[in-house]
Amino acid sequence: MEIHIAHYLIVAGILFSIGLVGVVVRRNAIVVLMCLELMLNAANLVFVAFARMHGNMQGRIFVFFAITVAAAEAAVMLAIIIAVYRQRETVNTDDMDIMQG
Amino acid sequence: MEPIFHDLLAAGGGHAVAFYACSAVTIAAAILMVMKKNPVASVMWLVLSFIGLAGIYVTLQSYFIAVIQVLVYAGAIMVLFLFVIMLLNLRREDIAKMELPKVPFAGVIAAILFFVSVFLVIKASTPAFEKPVDALLGEPALAGDSVRAIGIPLFSQWLLPFEITSVLLLAAIVGAVALTKKKL
Repeated sequence: MEIHIAHYLIVAGILFSIGLVGVVVRRNAIVVLMCLELMLNAANLVFVAFARMHGNMQGRIFVFFAITVAAAEAAVMLAIIIAVYRQRETVNTDDMDIMQG
Repeated sequence: MEPIFHDLLAAGGGHAVAFYACSAVTIAAAILMVMKKNPVASVMWLVLSFIGLAGIYVTLQSYFIAVIQVLVYAGAIMVLFLFVIMLLNLRREDIAKMELPKVPFAGVIAAILFFVSVFLVIKASTPAFEKPVDALLGEPALAGDSVRAIGIPLFSQWLLPFEITSVLLLAAIVGAVALTKKKL
């Protein structure tokens, strides 16, 4: 059994697809955000796999920055969810339809 | 520490076993994360998924990334999620309302996306793609200390992005505090 870079890319594809299904299917805004994090991690896995393939550090440094940005993004998104919950008493995405035409 | 990992992975298909085990844990936990109705259970499965992903990073010899995956993602970020879920204190009927109605549509889109990506992976062929991971360049700079190998370019070549990141984090802190204030 030999592991190729393609194996890692396929795992990343599976994780990204699961995350996408979660974003579309789930109605809890917090769980939608968690599925977004999963998709982000699938992209990170591709970066690390290609960094391994080319034997350089750039991909890993990019993942380092991506994790930092993800932390900032999660903090702001959760603050938005708390603000919405204060206003409308819900985190259900189907109830957040005030912008609907 | 790291050479031990390296020898373990190289010994008799250890790499393949570690890869398949970590991948199975990661994917199974991710599926359970999407399927669980209770958001607290979802967080716990996502933590397990991220720990499995850290194991996959170890098989790619990215030890530093594996460590910050566990510390920052599975630790800090998921605790933040858990904290917000506890803070909002969703009632049981709120959770029950969040059923899963759009499954066929989402499944079709995800399946198409997945097969397109697999097709592109199989179609792409460069010389490095044909080689198994164990046979790729061993990265001599990485073998001894990967923190050093990631730190030197980070503080020389990538110093400006690194400093900009600190400004971004400051903006995120200020934004989060401003958003959650009762009166803006």
